[in-house]
Amino acid sequence: MSRHEVQVTVNGRNRTAEVDARLLLVFLLREELRLTGTHVGCDTSNCGACTVLLDGEAVKSCTVLAVQADECDITTIEGVQGPFGGLSAVQEGFRQEHGLQCGYCTPGMIMAATDLLRREPDPTPQQIRQNLKGNLCRCTGYEMIVRSVRWAAENSTQ
Amino acid sequence: MSLVGARVVRKEDPSLVTGRGCFVDDMHPDGTAFMMFVGSPTAHGTITAIDISEALAMPGVLGVWTAHDFLEYPDLPQGAENFERPLLARDKVRWLGEPVAIVAAEDRFIAADAVATIVVEFDSLSVVTDVLEAVAPDAPLLFEHHGSNVITAVPTNDDLERELEKADHRAHLDLRNQRCAASPIEAMAVVADWAPSGLTMWATVQAPHHLRNQLATWLDISQAECRMVAPDVGGGFGSKIVWYPELFAAPLISKWLGRPVKAAQTRSEAMLQMAHGRDQVHSLDVGFRNDGTITALRMVVTQNLGAYPDPTGLGLPVLTTWMAAGCYRIPKVSVSYRTVVTNTNPVAAYRGAGRPEAAYSVERLVDLVARRTGIDPVEVRQKNFIPPGAFPYEVPHQEAVVYDSGDFGKALELCVDLLDYESIKQRRDRQRADPAAPLLGIGFSSWLEIGGFGPNGSLEGFGHLGSWESAQVRIQPDGSALVFVGASPHGQGHETTYSQIASDVLGIPMDNIRVVHGDTEAVLQGVGTMGSRGVTTAGVAVHNVSNLVVERAKKIAAHLLEANPLDIEVGDNAFNVRGTPGRSVAWTDVAWASYQPLALPEELTAGALEERLYQEAPNFTYPSGCYACVVEVDRQTGEINIVKYVVVDDCGTVINPLLAEGQVHGGVAQGIAQALFEEVSFDESGSNVTSSFLSYLVPSATELPDFVAGRASTVCPNNALGAKGIGESGSVGAPPAVVNAVVDALAGSGVDHLDMPLTPESIWQVLRKDSK
Repeated sequence: MSRHEVQVTVNGRNRTAEVDARLLLVFLLREELRLTGTHVGCDTSNCGACTVLLDGEAVKSCTVLAVQADECDITTIEGVQGPFGGLSAVQEGFRQEHGLQCGYCTPGMIMAATDLLRREPDPTPQQIRQNLKGNLCRCTGYEMIVRSVRWAAENSTQ
Repeated sequence: MSLVGARVVRKEDPSLVTGRGCFVDDMHPDGTAFMMFVGSPTAHGTITAIDISEALAMPGVLGVWTAHDFLEYPDLPQGAENFERPLLARDKVRWLGEPVAIVAAEDRFIAADAVATIVVEFDSLSVVTDVLEAVAPDAPLLFEHHGSNVITAVPTNDDLERELEKADHRAHLDLRNQRCAASPIEAMAVVADWAPSGLTMWATVQAPHHLRNQLATWLDISQAECRMVAPDVGGGFGSKIVWYPELFAAPLISKWLGRPVKAAQTRSEAMLQMAHGRDQVHSLDVGFRNDGTITALRMVVTQNLGAYPDPTGLGLPVLTTWMAAGCYRIPKVSVSYRTVVTNTNPVAAYRGAGRPEAAYSVERLVDLVARRTGIDPVEVRQKNFIPPGAFPYEVPHQEAVVYDSGDFGKALELCVDLLDYESIKQRRDRQRADPAAPLLGIGFSSWLEIGGFGPNGSLEGFGHLGSWESAQVRIQPDGSALVFVGASPHGQGHETTYSQIASDVLGIPMDNIRVVHGDTEAVLQGVGTMGSRGVTTAGVAVHNVSNLVVERAKKIAAHLLEANPLDIEVGDNAFNVRGTPGRSVAWTDVAWASYQPLALPEELTAGALEERLYQEAPNFTYPSGCYACVVEVDRQTGEINIVKYVVVDDCGTVINPLLAEGQVHGGVAQGIAQALFEEVSFDESGSNVTSSFLSYLVPSATELPDFVAGRASTVCPNNALGAKGIGESGSVGAPPAVVNAVVDALAGSGVDHLDMPLTPESIWQVLRKDSK
C-alpha cells in the first residue's frame, strides 16, 4: 500500500504524518495525532459523530481520506473555545440546556452546530433540525439539542 | 435551599463538550494490539473447516484463534443449562455473524484485512428466524439434543375461557413487538491489559463489578487481581449488560501476546454481534361489559431469544406478564409464556426490557374496547383505572407485583388538558370529512412500569450478585467529600444527581463533592445502572449513607463547640448551634478534626467521617404516566407526521428536572422510533438486512417532534427520597400512543391493528385497499 506524507494544520498547529493511502481523516486525527475527541459511531457516514471543520466547513471526517486533507486547515472539538469560562457559546449552550447525556455524539453535534451558526447566526428550531439531521443522537430525542443551539444563538457575542 | 428538585447543570459536561471525555477506544496504552472477530457467514450450519493460513502469513498479524484454542475455558457465563453460548462457535454456528475465530494484529486495519482472508467452510442447515415458525413441528432445531426450540414454558393455571365467554363482549388481538437494536452510538469496545501484576480492563459496560465477578471466575483468577473500569460510556440502554465474547477473549489474548489488546466494533459488526431487544409475539383476549368495564384479560407471550438464551432475555417475558394488566383494575388476568431460540442475534434487555411490550399490548386492547363499545378511549381508561385509594395494590395474577402508589386518572386528566382534547377531536372530524386534508388521529397511552430494581432476589434472578446498591462517603481533611457509588452511568448524569443528593444532606457545596464510579478498585462493590434504579436504589444509598456521616460530624462539631449534639444543625458548609446565631464551626474544621484523635470526642476515632452502606429496597417502584400523540396521515403516500406529543410523567420525587426531562425525551424518542421506524429484519437465509445505520433507521432531528410536558407526582412510599425512577418510562409509554393515534386516523378503513413499525408503505397498503 502506498504511503503519503500529509501536512495539515489542526487547531492552529502544523502537523505532518506519513499515512496509508486508504487512511480516513478521522483515524489520522484519532490514532496518529491522538485527538480522540472526534468519535466514530458508524461505518456508513450516517451518524456524524466524527464531524470536524475542514477549511471552515463541517465535514464527516470518515468521508474524507487523510490524503485529501493535505494542506487543509482542520478544527476539531479540542480546538473549539470561547468566552464562557473557556467554552464557546455552542459548548455552553449544550451545558445549559442539557443537550447531551452520554456525550458520545456531542463533539460532532457541536461542530455541526458551530458550522450552522457561522452560516446562519439566528436559526429557527426547524432550521436547526434540518441542519443537524446528519448527526445521530440516541440519548436526547433532539429537542434539548435544538434548545442548546438556540441558547448559543441568543448568547453569541458576535 | 434544597438542591434536590433544583435545575442544576451537569458536572459531567465540561469534559464531554470539549472532547476531553475518555471513552474506551480513546485509550491506547503503548503496544496495544487490535483484535477482531471472524463472523459466521451463514445463519445456521455445521463448520467443516476454517482456513486461517493466509491470515497467519500476513505481516502485522499476531495470531489467529478458533474454538479449539479455548477448550480449557468454560462457555460464556450464566446461560441456560445445556444451551450455553460458547466463546467462539464450536462445530455449529447458530446465527449469521456469530464469532467463529479471532484475529489479532498490530492495528485495526491489518486485523480487518486478515479477517477478510479467513475462509469458513460449512454444511448449511435450514434456517429459522421467525419465532412462530420456530415453534412449528417441522422447524429446524438449533439444539438437536433438546428436540424443540422452546427453552422455557410457563403455562397458565386458568386460561379464563369461561370468564371471557360470559362477558358481554370479547375481543382478540394478535400483535408483534418487533425486534429492535439498542444502538448506543458508541458500540462495544474493550481494552485488556494483563500484566504480571494483574489484569486491568477498560470496557464500555453498564455494570463493571458484575462483569468483574463473572470474568474472574471464568478466568479462574481472584477478583482481587481483576480490575474492571467503565470509563465514559457512550450509551447502553440495556445492551451493555450482556456477556459478549470479546469481554472474555481480550484478557486472554493480552496474556498470550504479552501486550494490551483492544477490541472495538464497527457499527456493522455491532448490528451483527450485539444483543437485540423486544421481539415478542402476543396473543391477547379481553372480555368487557357494554359500559367498557374490562372483566378479564388473557396474554400469551412468545419470546424470541435469538440463538442462545441470555439471562436477561429469559427474564423479559417474566416482566411482560407481570405487567400485563397495566394500570387497570382487571379482576381476572391470565398470563403464560414460552421462550424460543431462533437463528438470530441473542435477545436481551433493551430500555424497558419487557415492560414496553406489556404496556403496548394492554394499551392497544383498551383502545380496541373503546372502539367496540363506541365509548371514548379516555372514558374507558378512567372507568378501568385502579383508583388512587387502592394502593398498595396487588395484581390478581402475580404476588410479586404490588403497585406502590399512583394517580392514573389525574395524569390522564392533565394529559387531556395539555392536549386540548376537545378541540383536537373537532379538528379530527373536520379533516376526516375533507378529502383534501390529511387524516388526523389521536392516541393515548396510560402506562405503568416497574423500576427501582429491586427487592432482594430480583436482580439475583438475572444473575447479579445482589439487588442492593452500594454507596460510600469519605470526608477529606479539607471538608470536601468523595462519594463512591456502585452504580456506573452511561449518560444518566450520576455525578450531578448524587452530588445534589449528598450536598443536601451533608451541607457541603456541590462543587466540593466528587462522585467516583465505574472502577472496581475504587468502589466497594456494585451492581449497576439498569432497571431505572439509579436514583431509587443508588441515589437512596447516597442519601442514607450521607445521613450516617453527618450525624457523626454533628458529634464532632458539638465537641468543638462544647454544645449538645442534639442542638447542632448543618447548613451553609458549617455546623450551627440551633437558636444561637454566630455559634458555629466550619465543615473544614470539623473535617480536619475528624482525623485528629486529640480533637475528637471519646467515642470517635480518626477517620470517623467515612461510612458505607449497601442499600436494599423493600419493593420495586412503579413509575407511571400518560402520553398522548396526535398524528396526521397523508392520504396519498401514507406518510405519518406527529403533530403533537404530550408527556405527563409521574416518577415520584424529581431530583433534577433538567435531567428528568432529558430522560423522558430520550425514552420517548426511542419509543416513537420503535413505533414508526426501527426494526431488525432478516431475509430467508437469515441475513440481517438492517445491519447498518443506512437500513436500521435510528431517527434524526427532523423525524422527531417537540414534546409538551406535564408532571404528575405521587411519592414512592418505600424509599427515603420518594423517587420512582425515570430512565425507562419514555420507551415504555411512547409506542402505544403513536400506534393508537395512527389506528385512530385510519378508523374509516376498518383496520383494528397494524404492527410496528408503521411505515408509510404499510399505511399506504391500508389506504389503497380502502379506496378500492
